[in-house]
Amino acid sequence: MGNTETQGYSKEERVKMAKRTLRVMVAKPGLDGHDRGARVLARCFRDAGFEVIYTGCHQTPEQIAAAAVQEDVDLVGLSCLSGAHRYLFPAVVTALKERKAEDICVIGGGIIPEQDFKMLYDSGIKEIFTPGATLDGIVEWVRKNVMVRE
Amino acid sequence: METVKKIQEGDVRTASRLIRRIEDGVLEARSTIKKLFPLTGNAHIVGITGPPGAGKSTLVDGIVTQLRQKQKKVGVLAVDPTSPFTGGAILGDRVRMQKHAEDEGVFVRSLATRCALGGLAKAVGDAIHIMDVMGKEVILVETVGTGQQEVDIINHSHTVLVVLIPGMGDEIQAIKAGIMEIADIFVINKADRDGGSKLYRELVSLLDMAPASAFASGWRPPIVKVENSFVPESFNNSVAELTQKIEEHHQHLLASELMVSRERRKAAVELSEAIRNTVYEPIMDKLITEGTIDAMVEELMAKTSDPYSLAERIAQRFLKS
Repeated sequence: MGNTETQGYSKEERVKMAKRTLRVMVAKPGLDGHDRGARVLARCFRDAGFEVIYTGCHQTPEQIAAAAVQEDVDLVGLSCLSGAHRYLFPAVVTALKERKAEDICVIGGGIIPEQDFKMLYDSGIKEIFTPGATLDGIVEWVRKNVMVRE
Repeated sequence: METVKKIQEGDVRTASRLIRRIEDGVLEARSTIKKLFPLTGNAHIVGITGPPGAGKSTLVDGIVTQLRQKQKKVGVLAVDPTSPFTGGAILGDRVRMQKHAEDEGVFVRSLATRCALGGLAKAVGDAIHIMDVMGKEVILVETVGTGQQEVDIINHSHTVLVVLIPGMGDEIQAIKAGIMEIADIFVINKADRDGGSKLYRELVSLLDMAPASAFASGWRPPIVKVENSFVPESFNNSVAELTQKIEEHHQHLLASELMVSRERRKAAVELSEAIRNTVYEPIMDKLITEGTIDAMVEELMAKTSDPYSLAERIAQRFLKS
């Protein structure tokens, strides 16, 4: 295989030359039109230097998973204020699995009672942010826990 | 080889991953493009450009719906701007197109400009190739919201739609030079708004004033009016008409010499971009890493040299012919 461009560069140099940018998706599943929080978060991710795909409200878990695969994101952030998170969040994880995309990290936020945390973590949600979480804290969590996948 | 086969089979995961690696400048990804290149050249590539908020994404969504009714396989590349300060971007064109998310005949991929000028992203050429090899019959490329000068879309597409809206007044004057030359089809979007007919008349007179040589191939850009998308019936009818015009233009390209000349222009631009990527950028990276650029800037600040002499010094070092 004639891989001529990579000749003459050390591995470190190649890694450095490849400027990887984190791609994240902010999505609102279900019948909940309160998207202020999602938009603030999208803006905050943008300011952190991420590429943010925003899909708007009223998305089915299947639509979110299909879009996440088409966009090759590293992270899906779900926002839900309607109380349907117990169904919707795990459904997104399942829909990603069906598309062999279980390596995409899924986090959630919104009005989520503490007693639901365990059930959501068990279903594959990696972290949950509720009212009081700071934007800086969310970005810091993403930087620490989400990598560009190879 | 595995990757090439998967892309030929239309595997979205592989294709999107490869586009990502091209965007990120991963050098190994280029070797895959080398293998894909001979397989390209089947898709009809349609560029959609116009000012921010003109309704490009909504139109693209409408065109996709029309093409899907004809069972065409469709690829969409939607470009949005990157922040020059943080490198971040909000890619929001998808919001208008999400109803196609689960349709396997449609692949929508958002691209950030990553600070490329000209209204497109640097990776757009290779992303088009990848969708082409996936078997997409029509690839719609939506530019960022454009002003007057961002005409790179003509270097990557066969058919260019320029989307305008009423009420931009003097802007019509401003677009005469740039956009008059690149449109194959004009779209007046939101044509039911005040000023829609005025814009139509202005466009007609712009086209009437053009020299005969502008339409030498026998194609005079049609002007399609599209009404408010909140009235689904009239919107769908106008978008059906627009899709018809896009297909007519494709037939016109194929029947005339135009397709070949546009392909040649596209090839020349791709070569020049590849030279930039493989010659200029590695040299610049090296000069920056070894500190030469900083040292040279100091020389300029001290007026001990000038930009041309310094550039010639670099040329002497790297050009051996």
